[in-house]
Amino acid sequence: MTRVGIPRALLFYYYYPMWKAFFTEIGVEIVVSPPTNKRILEEGLKAALDEACLPVKLYFGHVLALVGKVDYLFVPRIISAEQKAYICPKFMGLPDMLRARLRDLPPIIDIPLDLRRPENTLDDFLKEVGHVFTRDRYLIKRAIEAAHRADQRFQELLVKGYLVPEVIEDLQGSGSSRKGVAQNWRPLKIGLLGHPYNIYDPFISMDLIGKLHRMAADVITGDNLPSAVIDEQTRFLPKRLFWSLSRKLVGAALKFFESENLDGVIYLTSFACGPESLVSELVTRWAKKNSSLPFMLLTVDEHTGEAGMVTRLEAFIEMIRWRKRNEDHLSAYGKLVHRY
Amino acid sequence: MKITYPHMGNLYIVIRALLESLGLELVLPPPTSRRTVELGVRHAPEFACFPFKLNLGNFIEAYELGADTILMAGGVGPCRFGYYAQVQREILEDLGYHMDMVVLEPPDTSWRELRDKIRYLIGRKSWWEVIKAIRFAWFKARAVDVVEEQVLYLRPRVQQTLELEKLYREALKKIDEAPDKKSLDRVVDHYLALMKGLPQKPGPFLRVGLVGEFFTVLEPFANYDIERRLGSLGVEVNRSIYLSAWINEHLFRGLLRVKGLEHTKELAAPYLKSFVGGHGRETVGSTVDYALQGYDGVIHVAPFTCMPEIVAHSILPAVSKDYGIPTLTLYLDEHSGEAGIVTRLEAFVDLMAARRERKLKGEAGKWIFT
Ligand code: SF4
Repeated sequence: MTRVGIPRALLFYYYYPMWKAFFTEIGVEIVVSPPTNKRILEEGLKAALDEACLPVKLYFGHVLALVGKVDYLFVPRIISAEQKAYICPKFMGLPDMLRARLRDLPPIIDIPLDLRRPENTLDDFLKEVGHVFTRDRYLIKRAIEAAHRADQRFQELLVKGYLVPEVIEDLQGSGSSRKGVAQNWRPLKIGLLGHPYNIYDPFISMDLIGKLHRMAADVITGDNLPSAVIDEQTRFLPKRLFWSLSRKLVGAALKFFESENLDGVIYLTSFACGPESLVSELVTRWAKKNSSLPFMLLTVDEHTGEAGMVTRLEAFIEMIRWRKRNEDHLSAYGKLVHRY
Repeated sequence: MKITYPHMGNLYIVIRALLESLGLELVLPPPTSRRTVELGVRHAPEFACFPFKLNLGNFIEAYELGADTILMAGGVGPCRFGYYAQVQREILEDLGYHMDMVVLEPPDTSWRELRDKIRYLIGRKSWWEVIKAIRFAWFKARAVDVVEEQVLYLRPRVQQTLELEKLYREALKKIDEAPDKKSLDRVVDHYLALMKGLPQKPGPFLRVGLVGEFFTVLEPFANYDIERRLGSLGVEVNRSIYLSAWINEHLFRGLLRVKGLEHTKELAAPYLKSFVGGHGRETVGSTVDYALQGYDGVIHVAPFTCMPEIVAHSILPAVSKDYGIPTLTLYLDEHSGEAGIVTRLEAFVDLMAARRERKLKGEAGKWIFT
């Protein structure tokens, strides 16, 4: 069977369920690179440009982990995943950067996904991908349907409160971690902001989610909010945010800030990320001005030590616990008084 | 209404022509200086790009001089430039500096938006007057470009370099002051003649192409005066983008027929198949262009963390290898040390010189990139 490699990095965390269903239906075996480890990081650091951001460097590492094991690499050129928005310039040039810097790569499937205009659809994109493997139009049609079903199911689970890695783990059949209900029983609840490939990659985030869970805090992310909520929250921005991940993040942040049942908000960002350099500034300022929730910004890069992060995290959670104990003496949680 | 705008090279001449012909009051920010950088760096996000910080410094300094309205360009992504104004306004507001911002950019919903913004600025002036003002400003931009191109050509050649710089400064001043198209043409002819009349050294000279992010290319303060430094090292610099080309591309959306970077898209295609925002694709394409024209090397400048240029830089080694043209990428921001830049430029010039010599002797050129 033809094997297609999918790097476990960047938008893997959003598209995996869909891609898996699609390729399986087409009759293609998919091979996902292993979870990020030290070796993958080091290979990535060596191959990518020094000035690139950590997530892109890691992508290089994951690609290298697949070389020799697959017949194709699936690196779609993601120009835009929704109307009038981009992800990031680096996604647009990703296949080209790989080709220019790595040798002996298997053929790359770099079909562009560009949904900026309404006349371009996800189905057309998938059709084109399907054509790489088969001429059977009926089969491709079935695969597209399977892809949509899988994605819909994924979104439903997220809105129920499951975290992205939990769903993906389940799909990969590595244990049935999922119980009847989503996490919803720990005494604290933290809103977690950040790009999916930062917060869900346990290596980059130094298992931030796991750590929070062990500190008895539930975690909710922007991905657990229905997209209508994000739209609603970002409608009043002075200018439409033209980066999809940032728009989602800002929408989630504004929602979190006015939420009454959250105990705090953590924003994880990676060093040298372009969009986040501006967006984290806005979110941090709004957190101070418009929200009474405890807020913490964590920036990671390849040199960040785990110890420092643990100390900050513990202090943050301790402060929240203290606050909770003394809640009655504090003024009521502030509402969002000013919005752009 | 006292309007200010962010500095970018000699753009102030164009802006002044535009606003003053419309009878608007302009408060130029003081020339970008160490203090501008300090102000910008202090109040901007740490990892914002260098142009963002310089702009912010300009705004604060203009505010101190009484400006109350900011006029700037924008964009719709994916480069960060398109979201500068919104973040800068938030920062200025938090500092207690209340300034209006008028951002000229491709409208999101309808052209009405853009029209309303211009209306807001010009009040009751007629559109005909606006068109006349734009035309005049455009002529000034062209005049600046023609003079600059000549200066770039002459810098390695003339013997009295100080004299050339003096003429250059004078020419800019006279262009800035010229009240109409006729005197503008006279100024340009006059200074071109004076410059060309300076005694010259015999060649040949190394030729280098300057590519990269447009602000860094156009603003000597942001590029640590790279063109002059190269000139004094005996190198003729060819700049991939000029003011008028930038204005045409960003404000007129390519309506005018001046030499721009359109042709570089095709040249970039074998290496980069998509636009990546900013000038990323143009950087790759212009490098190919310079290689085809037999240049000795290409220097690529960009602000630290600039996304489109990082994509381009990732790809340049492949171009360098295929065409055998040396390239040097410099990321510039407030942390760049002048001494380091000078050393790297000197080394690069030596490398180009050695390569040219080898070529003359008929040896195949080795490809080198940094
Ligand atoms: S959005 Fe940021 S982290 Fe993601 S690829 Fe772009 S620069 Fe890197």
